[in-house]
Amino acid sequence: MSSRYLRVDPTLCVGHGLCAELFPERVRLDDWGFPMIAADEVPTWLYRAARRAQASCPALALKFDRTPPRKPPGAGGHQAGVRNSAEKDRLELPRASRPTWSTPGPDPQ
Amino acid sequence: MNVATRPQLRDFARSRGALGPARLLAGPSRLDREKWTEHSSRLGGPISDAVGRIRPTQLVTMVRHAGLTGRGGAGFSTADKLAAVLRQRGGKVVVGNGSETEPAAAKDDLLLRLRPHLVLDGLAVVASALKADRTFLVVPSSLAHRSVSDALLERRIEDHPGPAVEVVLGPPNFVGGEETAVVRWLEGFPAVPRFQPPRCFERGWRGKPTLVQSVETIAHLGLIARFGSDWFRGVGTNDEPGTCLVTLSGAVSRPGVYEVPIGLQLVELLAAAGPDPAAAALLVGGYFGSWLKPAQFPAAQISRAGLRELGASPGAGVIHLLAAETCAVRESHRVVKWLAGQSAGQCGPCAQGLPALAEELERIANPLQARQQGVRLLERWCTQVENRGACRHPDGVVNLIRSTLATFGDEIQLHMQARCTGAAWSALPLPAAPRSEL
Repeated sequence: MSSRYLRVDPTLCVGHGLCAELFPERVRLDDWGFPMIAADEVPTWLYRAARRAQASCPALALKFDRTPPRKPPGAGGHQAGVRNSAEKDRLELPRASRPTWSTPGPDPQ
Repeated sequence: MNVATRPQLRDFARSRGALGPARLLAGPSRLDREKWTEHSSRLGGPISDAVGRIRPTQLVTMVRHAGLTGRGGAGFSTADKLAAVLRQRGGKVVVGNGSETEPAAAKDDLLLRLRPHLVLDGLAVVASALKADRTFLVVPSSLAHRSVSDALLERRIEDHPGPAVEVVLGPPNFVGGEETAVVRWLEGFPAVPRFQPPRCFERGWRGKPTLVQSVETIAHLGLIARFGSDWFRGVGTNDEPGTCLVTLSGAVSRPGVYEVPIGLQLVELLAAAGPDPAAAALLVGGYFGSWLKPAQFPAAQISRAGLRELGASPGAGVIHLLAAETCAVRESHRVVKWLAGQSAGQCGPCAQGLPALAEELERIANPLQARQQGVRLLERWCTQVENRGACRHPDGVVNLIRSTLATFGDEIQLHMQARCTGAAWSALPLPAAPRSEL
């Protein structure tokens, strides 16, 4: 069983925000309401939630398939390969407990 | 789309020759196209006679042994890219990418204007080895277009195996130089990047596997085919052999395009160019690059490995020396604001995030508005924007902002106290950015 990943096509996404509502385990919204998705593979027990989020995306921007998401810059370019654990940590979403996350920002409008 | 209305850096850029063995800039030193007769007598005849027909696997092996990497900025292995295109089925397309939309870069334009035959040789080798259906050459300016067109007229048809080269004037917008954007441009659409994967070598021009390489890479490829990979490895470092073109601008008495062996000490290049001894800082890697302080110059080496320790990268070989008494934070803000306006507006994090970043950086750059919270906001938004666009545009901007925050922390602290070291105007070149905007 090969692993599956959740990705978003940022050129299609307009920030409806349903994915964060339906799949908070993997998706959270940035300060402008666009989804930030965890880069690591989706575990099997979350497949149902992932499929539901994908099916509910009004912009059809969510992808849930075998293609791993692109790595951040400096992490070996565009070669799809094995990730080490340190890199994985970096790819994970910012945690709510991190101080930068709780900084009150100005209204993005 | 922002069409450049002011004269650009590349309109004035001069070739300053090579520091060390010259390869791309060897030959006549006049500021004009090298003629076909000069080119073929200097390099030993037409490329088809000198090389003959190369099998694709042969080419990949040769390039792999040569260790050639892409000179467009990402530094991806050319052999890997070639092999990836070859693995695909169906007719192939080759694109020589000389769109060079970075305002501080002039090397591709200069190469196409002075040595078009080197690039055409490289294209001929790649196109015939891949049995390409179509070959495109994207050029940055009308002068380069004329130079390449004249060069094509000089060559005999049998000197150019493979499909005829189609010369196309490149897109004017900054993100248009990215490979998927160039392919879209060649298809007749606006030059905006698309979501990847699939990458260009899987599905590129009209769905065909497409090899997109910088024109400098292609020129090196042609020389490797002629003289072999051992010859190519004769210069440069073991990991990154060969030479590269560097566009040097800013507070130097001899700005222009230099050909340097990879691994050259940065101070050697600066010494050759006559630098401002009191220079404030140096931007390496172009507008997606990183700042170095004068204290870091002696440790810097012009190579990926040598700059990585300093948190920088050579990128597409753009180096700008910032004049003394210039506020680098303010300069960064000018660039970031321009880059934010150059977003294609396709991806939310880039379209929303970059203007927000530019606005907050403007506050920090202004000594009367700088606030501690601004730095935290910038860091937070950098994390949120990074790696969230279809192309690397937002990541490049984030890299520049992070480098500004890390390198000029003391200057930013000064701004918090309503002071600033900057007095002079510097000239990080930006097209169509009137001074009144600042």
